[in-house]
Amino acid sequence: MTQGRFVRLAEQDRPSLTLYVDGQPVTAMEGDTLMVAMLAAGRVLRTSEFGDGKRAGFCLMAACQDCWVWTEDGGRLRACSTPASAGLRLSTSQPGASWPTAN
Amino acid sequence: MADRELTPRIVVVGAGPAGVRAAQTLLEAGIRPVVIDEAARAGGQIYRRQPTNFRRSHEALYGTEAARAQAVHDGFDAIAATVDYRPDTLVWNIADGQVWTASERGYATLAYDALILCTGATDRLMPVKGWHYAGAYSLGAAQVALKAQACAIGARVVFMGSGPLLYLVASQYVKAGAKVAAVLDTSPLSNRLRAAVDLIAQPGILADGVALTRALAKAGVPVLTGVTPLEITGNAENGVNGVRVRLANGTERDFAADAVALGYHLRPETQLADLARCDFAFDAKTRQWLPKRDQDGRASVAGVYLAGDGARILGARSAEVSGRLAALAALADLGHKVDPLTLVHLRRQVASYARFARGLATAFPWPHEQAANLPDEAIVCRCEAVTAGDLRRVVNETGAKEANRAKAFSRVGMGRCQGRYCGHAGAEVIAACANIPVEQVGRLRGQAPVKPLPVAIAPEGEE
Ligand SMILES: Cc1cc2nc3c(=O)[nH]c(=O)nc-3n(C[C@H](O)[C@H](O)[C@H](O)COP(=O)(O)OP(=O)(O)OC[C@H]3O[C@@H](n4cnc5c(N)ncnc54)[C@H](O)[C@@H]3O)c2cc1C
Ligand code: FES
Repeated sequence: MTQGRFVRLAEQDRPSLTLYVDGQPVTAMEGDTLMVAMLAAGRVLRTSEFGDGKRAGFCLMAACQDCWVWTEDGGRLRACSTPASAGLRLSTSQPGASWPTAN
Repeated sequence: MADRELTPRIVVVGAGPAGVRAAQTLLEAGIRPVVIDEAARAGGQIYRRQPTNFRRSHEALYGTEAARAQAVHDGFDAIAATVDYRPDTLVWNIADGQVWTASERGYATLAYDALILCTGATDRLMPVKGWHYAGAYSLGAAQVALKAQACAIGARVVFMGSGPLLYLVASQYVKAGAKVAAVLDTSPLSNRLRAAVDLIAQPGILADGVALTRALAKAGVPVLTGVTPLEITGNAENGVNGVRVRLANGTERDFAADAVALGYHLRPETQLADLARCDFAFDAKTRQWLPKRDQDGRASVAGVYLAGDGARILGARSAEVSGRLAALAALADLGHKVDPLTLVHLRRQVASYARFARGLATAFPWPHEQAANLPDEAIVCRCEAVTAGDLRRVVNETGAKEANRAKAFSRVGMGRCQGRYCGHAGAEVIAACANIPVEQVGRLRGQAPVKPLPVAIAPEGEE
């Protein structure tokens, strides 16, 4: 299960960058969205608040909002439309959220 | 606001082919429009641009549409500095003659004299059991991953659903070197023969489509038609491991895959038209509610115009034409002189694309009958994990048969996608359960904000 979900098919000679997901370093490339950074290295983006398991996004066009991840200070990012940046520290669950949350 | 005194303010929402051509047309008439797009780069869906540090050619990205993509991109680049272009900006409401925007700079409102909505489309989805598993994506998503990020959504991808995009995206995957496990089309092949009389309206596009199917067969990809999706198999923790379908001959079959691209053609993004209080009418052919508009794109509300796939799913080529027409309609209504021959010429083109689109609707129908057969445990609302059974219970126990009432009780359509992905299917589930025509269920009303807003941004001001 360490293999990534997304498969890179081209554009692989871009400079790499490192960001952190739940404290773990993840190597990505300049120009990646957060979603691609996370799913080229891993299998999921977040856990559904409604008890139906793991999620990895759905529409990739900023319409479904299934790809929310959080910065460590609680900011919400839409992973499919946010570019990856070096040093970013992300959380796959909402920091300090009451459980379960609506929206 | 010096130029507001000089020229009327026309706001164009969307910088896809429709919005780009609308903006160009306005500029040619001496009006400098405001062009607002949520995306960072102009181009819209089909001509979506890759990040600036990617190097693939237009040919590699857009195939047969490379020259058109280039023309739309160049066309916009040439005017981007002249129009009031606001990328990375969401229009989240329309009220009181103003568009309400949100961007990193903050919230703002902007009054308009005319509003041209070119908001495009998103995938039209029919749920199937297991479609909430990680690894199930919309068909459009599969294409965005490839076009915008040079990625496949999985190591072994099943394409399931119907419509021209099913074949297009699958063949783009093959060409890019991805592994396509199968193309599973719910529409029977015989439909395509019945559709031929209308599809022939655009022989070039039809030929491209036939070539795609051939390319898939040549690459050894199983392409099956008349298929009934039964389940996306897998589990909630690890995600998709395949699909189970019933084939046209009645046998069941499993396909192993770690990703599924699912979609049934497209649905227009009509929330803004709804917030602008435009009237809608039920389209029986595609079983959905569409904003009313005249042949040039005038909505039922004065000063509001609709173009591109956000008004009718007529495709990218038609979007360029309807974008021009909508701009000309706005110009005419503002007292500009518009050449009647140009109008005739453009209307004729749109009519031809409309005939082709009718053919597509015959060839690849929305499989509404699947809704009645969805197992109770299948999730309808992916946002909040509401099942078909939950929705049916609401219909049976409360008698709520109208879309917005059923939404209030069941929460289907209330989640963060605001019904974009469950709305049509939810209406079909209600209709089948209550045994009424789907148009009687009505449609989910658009609500502001049309997308969840970032919490931490400040007011920017009023213009
Ligand atoms: C994922 C996907 C893939 C497609 N691929 C193909 C294809 O390969 N071939 C084909 O022929 N057709 C394709 N289509 C259909 C194609 O999108 C259209 O025919 C064409 O792009 C329509 O042009 P348009 O200008 O109407 O809308 P679009 O090109 O979709 O442009 C709409 C624009 O409006 C913006 N927008 C929408 N709402 C707002 C808002 N509230 N605030 C600010 N901006 C907003 C969007 O960011 C977008 O840039 C695809 C559609 C989708 C959804
Ligand atoms: S995947 Fe749908 S909004 Fe990001």
